[in-house]
Amino acid sequence: MNILTLLDMAVSGFGDRTAFGPVGTGLTYAELLERSARAGHSFTEAGTERVSFLDVSSPALPVALFGAAYAGQPFVPLNYRLADGDLAALAERTAPASLVVGSDQAPRVASTPGLHLSERDQFLAATESGDALDPSAWSMDPDDIAVLLYTSGTTGEPKAAVLRHKNLVGYILGSVEFMGAGEDEATLVSVPPYHIAGLAAILSSVYAGRRIVQLPTFDADTWIDLVLAEGVTHAMVVPTMLARIVERMTARSIELPSLRALSYGGGRMPLPVIDQALGLFPETRFVNAYGLTETSSTISLLGPDDHRQAHASDDASIKRRLTSVGQPLPTLEVSIRDDEGVEVPSGTPGEVWVRGEQVAGEYLQQGSKLTAEGWFPTNDGGELDANGYLYVTGRLDDVIVRGGENISPGEIEDVMLSHPDVRDVAVIGIPNDQWGETIAAVVVGSATEADLKALVAQRLRSSRSPDTVVYRDELPYNDTGKLLRRVLRAELAES
Amino acid sequence: MELRPGLKLSSAVCSTEVIVVAGNGDVDLTCGGVPMLAPGAEAGNAGPIDGLTEGTMLGKRYCDDDGTVEVLATKPGDGSVGIGQTALSLKEAKPLPASD
Repeated sequence: MNILTLLDMAVSGFGDRTAFGPVGTGLTYAELLERSARAGHSFTEAGTERVSFLDVSSPALPVALFGAAYAGQPFVPLNYRLADGDLAALAERTAPASLVVGSDQAPRVASTPGLHLSERDQFLAATESGDALDPSAWSMDPDDIAVLLYTSGTTGEPKAAVLRHKNLVGYILGSVEFMGAGEDEATLVSVPPYHIAGLAAILSSVYAGRRIVQLPTFDADTWIDLVLAEGVTHAMVVPTMLARIVERMTARSIELPSLRALSYGGGRMPLPVIDQALGLFPETRFVNAYGLTETSSTISLLGPDDHRQAHASDDASIKRRLTSVGQPLPTLEVSIRDDEGVEVPSGTPGEVWVRGEQVAGEYLQQGSKLTAEGWFPTNDGGELDANGYLYVTGRLDDVIVRGGENISPGEIEDVMLSHPDVRDVAVIGIPNDQWGETIAAVVVGSATEADLKALVAQRLRSSRSPDTVVYRDELPYNDTGKLLRRVLRAELAES
Repeated sequence: MELRPGLKLSSAVCSTEVIVVAGNGDVDLTCGGVPMLAPGAEAGNAGPIDGLTEGTMLGKRYCDDDGTVEVLATKPGDGSVGIGQTALSLKEAKPLPASD
C-alpha cells in the first residue's frame, strides 16, 4: 500500500488529464508521476531521512509529496506562519531532511544543521528531466510512514502526528470513487500544505481525476476571481474563509454559478454564516466535513440534501442540523463515551471516539493513542442524536467547570451568535476562587451585556449566562480557522 | 498463497493486476480461475476458464461475501478475480460527496 498507487492508477486511467494548474499548461497526471520519480531519485541521492516542505502551495507540493513516497521518506510540511524560534525548533526536529523551500523562506532555516535545501523553482526545474527511480519501484509496506504532520498546537508544543500509507490509502479508497470526477471539474484548494485538508485534497482529487487549482495565500477577492477565471466546480474552505467570501460576494453583488460543491470544516461554523451562504449559492451542494489530523481528514459529513432541508425548514430540530457534522462515514465507527470509556446513549454528551482503517491516532514521540480495541479518543466533546447525526461541541480541554457544572463554550456561543448584533464570540473559563471557573464572553459586536446575559439565561439557563462580557474588534484565529482560546484566556487572566 | 494487505498480484491469464486491500493468510486467489502471480513471476500460457471471463475494471474493488478478502484492480483485464473457482463480487459503494 502506497499513496503512489493512487497516482499510478490515475495515470493508467486518465494520464493525459490536467492534474494541477490551468488546462493545457498545467501538470498532467503522467507528468506528475514522472517528476515524482525524479524527485524521489534526488531525495534518495541526498541520503536524508525525511522530505520537508516550507512553502505555500504550488506544483512543487504534489511533486515533493509523491517524490517522498517514491523515496520511502516521510513527507513533513512545515508551517511558514510560525514565529522564527518555533519554526527553527520544528526544522531541527525534522532534520536530517531534504527541504523544498520558497525563496522568501529559505533564509529562515539556512543555519539549521542537517537540512538539504532546494528552492522551489530550482526543485521543479530539476524534475523536468534527468535520473529517476525505477517505475513502480516504491515500497508497498502499508506500515511505512507517509506523512508527519505537526498538529497546530493551539494548546502547547506541537506533536508530530504519524500518518501511515495504510491510513491515507484507506481513507481515499473508502471515501472517493476512482475517476468519479468529470473532465470539466476543478477544485480550488486554499488551505495550506501543512493542514491535513490540504494534503487530503491532493490525494482525493488525484484519485477522482479532478483538476486542482491552487490558491497560495487566501484572500476572498482572489478566491472569487479564481473561481470565475478557472470555472472552478468544487472548493473546500474553513469557516473564517467562508465568512469573508460571503461578505465580499455581497459587497460585489456577484454570483458564482460554476461552483457545484462547497465543503467546509476545520472549525465551528457560525449558523448565520452558513445560512447566508446557502442563500447566496442556491444551486451549490454544501458539505460540512469533520475530521482530525490524526484521522487522515474527514470522519463525518453533513451532505447537500441535509443542508437544503435544514435551510428551508422552520422546525427547530431540523434547522439545528446545520450545526451538526452529519453522519459518520460508512467505513468507520463513531462512539460517544463517558469519562470511564463507557458508551453513552444517544442524546447524551461525552467524548467522540472513532475506529477505522484511516484512523492513525499516533504521534512520533508519544506513540499510539489507540485503545486495545483500536479506538481513538479524539478529546473532542460531542453527542449523537437519535437519527445518528453527530454534534461536536469542541475540545474537552475547553469545557468550563463552573461550580461543579460542566459547560460547553460552543453551546453558549451558538445562542449568543443568534443575536443580530453579535458578529463573533468566544466563551472561555476564567479561574475563580469561589466557583472554580467563571464564564467570560468575548464579543465582537454591539449587543449589550444585559441583553446577552438575558438571552443566554432564557435559552439555556441562568447558570450558563456569562459572568463577564468584554468586547473586542476581532477574535484571534490561526490561519486555518482555529479560534485561539488560549490567547484570550491569557489576555483576560492578565486584566 | 499468503495474502496480506498491500500485496501486489498479477493475472496469469490476462492484463489484470490487483492490490490486496483486505485479507490475511493462505487464500487461493485466482484470476480467470488460475492462481494469481507475484510481481515478476512468469505467466504460463493458460487462458481464463469459461464462466470466469467477466473481467476486472480499473479502480473497482472486488470482495468475497463476508468481506474478509478484498482486492483493488490497478490494471484492468479479461479474467474475473476469484477465490478458487468462485468469482469475487464487485463491491458497490455509495459515492460520498467530495469533502476535501
